Amino acid sequence: MADLRTNLAGIKSPNPFWLASAPPTNSGYQIMKAFDAGWGGAVWKTLGVPVVNVSSRYGSVNYRDKRMVGFNNIELITDRPLRDNLREISEVKKRFPDNAVIASLMVETREEWHNIIRDVENAGADGIELNFGCPHGMCERGMGSAVGQEPKVLQTIVEWVKEVAKVPVITKLTPNISDITRPARAARAGGSDAISLINTIQSIVGVDIDQFVPYPIVDGKSTNGGYCGPAVKPIALNMVKNCAQHPEVNLPISGIGGVENWRDAVEFILLGATTVQVCTAVMHFGFGIIREILPGIERYMDEKGFKTIEDFRGKALPNIKHWEDLNLKYKVTASINESKCIGCQLCYTACEDGAHQAIALSTDPANRIPSIIDENCVGCNLCSLVCPVEDCITMERRDDAKQHLTWGERTAAGNIPKGFNDELAGGLHHWVPEPMEALAKKKPRHYKG
Amino acid sequence: MAEYKRPTSEQEFAKNFSPKKPLMSDTEAYYESSRCLYCYDAPCINACPTGIDIPTFIRQINNDNKDGAAKTIYESNWFGHACGNVCPTEELCEGACVYNNSDVKPIEIGRLQAHATDKVIRSKKRLFITGKPTGKKVAVIGAGPAGVSCACELRMLGHDVDIYEAKAKPSGLCVYGVAPYKLTNEEALDEMTYLQEQFGFNVHYNKPVTGRADLDRLEKEYDAIFIGIGLGGTSKLGVPGEDKRGVIGALEFVEELRNKHQSTLVGSKVIVLGGGNTAMDAASESCRMGAESVIIAYRRGPEEMGAYSFEFDLAKKSGSKALFNVTPVEVMGNGSVTGVKFIRNKTAYGKIEAIPGSEFVEECDMVLLGTGQGKQVELLEQISGVKLDQKGRILDNRGRIVVNEHYQTSNPKYFAAGDAVNGGVEVVNAAAEAKKAAHGIDGFLKK
Ligand SMILES: Cc1cc2nc3c(=O)[nH]c(=O)nc-3n(C[C@H](O)[C@H](O)[C@H](O)COP(=O)(O)OP(=O)(O)OC[C@H]3O[C@@H](n4cnc5c(N)ncnc54)[C@H](O)[C@@H]3O)c2cc1C
Ligand SMILES: Cc1cc2nc3c(=O)[nH]c(=O)nc-3n(C[C@H](O)[C@H](O)[C@H](O)COP(=O)(O)O)c2cc1C
Ligand code: SF4
Ligand code: SF4
Ligand code: SF4
Repeated sequence: MADLRTNLAGIKSPNPFWLASAPPTNSGYQIMKAFDAGWGGAVWKTLGVPVVNVSSRYGSVNYRDKRMVGFNNIELITDRPLRDNLREISEVKKRFPDNAVIASLMVETREEWHNIIRDVENAGADGIELNFGCPHGMCERGMGSAVGQEPKVLQTIVEWVKEVAKVPVITKLTPNISDITRPARAARAGGSDAISLINTIQSIVGVDIDQFVPYPIVDGKSTNGGYCGPAVKPIALNMVKNCAQHPEVNLPISGIGGVENWRDAVEFILLGATTVQVCTAVMHFGFGIIREILPGIERYMDEKGFKTIEDFRGKALPNIKHWEDLNLKYKVTASINESKCIGCQLCYTACEDGAHQAIALSTDPANRIPSIIDENCVGCNLCSLVCPVEDCITMERRDDAKQHLTWGERTAAGNIPKGFNDELAGGLHHWVPEPMEALAKKKPRHYKG
Repeated sequence: MAEYKRPTSEQEFAKNFSPKKPLMSDTEAYYESSRCLYCYDAPCINACPTGIDIPTFIRQINNDNKDGAAKTIYESNWFGHACGNVCPTEELCEGACVYNNSDVKPIEIGRLQAHATDKVIRSKKRLFITGKPTGKKVAVIGAGPAGVSCACELRMLGHDVDIYEAKAKPSGLCVYGVAPYKLTNEEALDEMTYLQEQFGFNVHYNKPVTGRADLDRLEKEYDAIFIGIGLGGTSKLGVPGEDKRGVIGALEFVEELRNKHQSTLVGSKVIVLGGGNTAMDAASESCRMGAESVIIAYRRGPEEMGAYSFEFDLAKKSGSKALFNVTPVEVMGNGSVTGVKFIRNKTAYGKIEAIPGSEFVEECDMVLLGTGQGKQVELLEQISGVKLDQKGRILDNRGRIVVNEHYQTSNPKYFAAGDAVNGGVEVVNAAAEAKKAAHGIDGFLKK
């Protein structure tokens, strides 16, 4: 049976699923409820300098009938009094001693940092998370992402924190930076025990096209917010991987960004995260989603024979290479499973208009099953991605699996194209139709013109 | 048996005849439109006789452009709203939807179509601008789907149009024939008002074109004439006793029902003769009117019925029973009908043969004849040069039933489409053909 217990730089929790510092961790009431439901840890809504919030605060990206595939907010850190939060931290710890309670903090001066760290440690927090990530409201006051974007400043503050902190310190990173490993390395240099990432991405989720104001709207005006939810997961995964692979970072990672189900969590762990944090999914569906997450990851681990999280943590990292180290001799082409095909011809139009004109339609209009033109197929995957039927288009290996040649090896051998019309370039040998053929092509009867 | 109580008020009638395809709410339309795959050269389009660009209008609904959706629909089909409700979509667009191939429920195209068009009809928003006036005038006989569609298209092409309609309301069988659970009078007429206000054709109601004198006048006053008169009344059965009280044509029954609702008289034991869609409708409707027993009697077996299987299913679900392989030989009764005498058949090599001595009487107090509609031969015969075949179908100048793309008859000034030409299919066929006929007329007028 899978053992889900985790230890992130000394912070122990019964499972790797933590609530991220956000509205779901605004109060002891919510965190008790979450622990009761099965969550392993919670990063308390950021405590710190006093703030005032606006209304409204959130915006959303909906994709067709799917709501909140992306989510943004212009909310600040907690607006509740520090003393109430401290009292509730001790109450939660007393009732749930085995669950991890991490205090997220954001203050300005060295003295403020020292004081607040003592306060939360006295209240019983198992760890501290430094919020250097908030991309709105706080950065204008020289905190949040304003710190996260300046590795030097970040390092200094981590050092202040480490002067007094007795519990492990996690530095939370902002993604609003071109190289995430720079602040990660600064955190390590400052003595941070772990990092967590990502915080939200600066964003405008949409514009009200009648009022001419972006969302969310505050009295006819708006401001950029922080983007999160399922849509940011790919960005978060990449940044987690960058930190996990960088030899000078070498810190335990708590992965954040778009985690909603067990599979998302497994992906973060495979890229090196020890725990994951969840915000948007809980804001959308409530604490109850843990009922799907826990059995999901347990089943996965049992099936794979993983006893602990450590057994598969970072397991995908060795398979992530630089582009120049990929095998240029590997060849796949698309293959359509005719018995599954429903005849929507989305693959045809995608390849025809958006890729390589490598899919043909039958000349018999009654037969709607397309066919792959093997010699034109470059193996890009597009058709298999647009196909609405599971496993209907598969990518089949066509090379003999004996050859291996990378761009790096070709470069070393001096065997790469040099001029713009060089014989050695890839596209030169790839067939494309003549431009005028586009106009001669038969169109569906309802197309105009 | 009666699952339905005999309706005594407008509310009870509305309950018994509640819509088969109720209007979608915005939320339902949003979710349903989200499912559409946006197929390439979509099979649903190719299955629609009017070729509506279905994936485009569904995408327009999904992207909150319902006016645009309605415009896409109307550009192909001037009876867009009626068709969304009354089309046999199971056999047409929805039957062709690729989702059927993966055992997923097809997109509810008809209801989405009705949703989008309902919005513009209610908002009275103008979507089309009529063509530059050509100074030509066209007379249209009949304000049914064929006539009105032809009129709209002719107005788009800039020709003036006068419609002569025998009855007091437009839309033909949409108000006089189609089952009330598919389309209400209000819905049908609102679309007509919407179209008429937008296209500005004139309709002269209660003005049947009956004889040579009328035709002479039209020929003198108009540059072309379109025949959209549909079919005639219910054909005779041809058995003794069919003039008894209580024997009514299914078509005439439906017409009364559409106009008198719960005041329509319906027997308590009804026999419906026939196996077509009209017979199925009449049976479903009799059940909904609270008849105690409704029996559909058909000469052949169930698989040979002309009706769509979903219409037969609906009739059964409404409470009708069916008798197969029986031929009516006499309507019994003394003044009023009391029953029908049938003889049983067997079918040998596609032919029905009566089984001697197998006669029996099925009691009833009402007989509905779903025996098909006759052609309006008397009128058509008076048009000089218009040739008909033995079945009363209109021929073109090469002796073919009018099916060419111009829908021109053997008298070049006369064009025809809809039931009068195709022998009775669906509203959508009339709309598709009449649109083409309008272009035929346009070509003729430009010569
Ligand atoms: C009972 C029944 C149920 C049906 N249900 C459906 C259904 O569910 N779905 C579907 O798609 N189709 C249905 N149909 C078929 C559909 O109604 C017809 O195919 C369609 O209405 C044909 O249109 P049309 O314009 O050719 O003829 P009609 O609708 O018959 O219109 C002809 C018009 O011409 C007028 N007219 C006739 N003679 C003259 C004259 N001499 N002078 C002036 N005006 C004249 C008539 O009053 C009428 O208004 C049904 C038909 C029937 C009979
Ligand atoms: C397969 C692929 C290749 C791309 N190649 C280029 C490129 O060569 N040059 C470029 O400026 N952007 C390139 N882009 C980025 C797009 O132009 C665009 O900025 C990005 O996809 C975001 O827009 P979207 O959300 O509409 O996809 C590429 C995008 C894709 C999906
Ligand atoms: S893999 Fe790419 S190139 Fe090959 S058929 Fe599919 S879309 Fe076309
Ligand atoms: S996308 Fe898939 S289902 Fe659609 S036609 Fe292509 S192979 Fe068939
Ligand atoms: S066939 Fe179905 S899924 Fe495809 S475009 Fe038509 S309605 Fe949409």
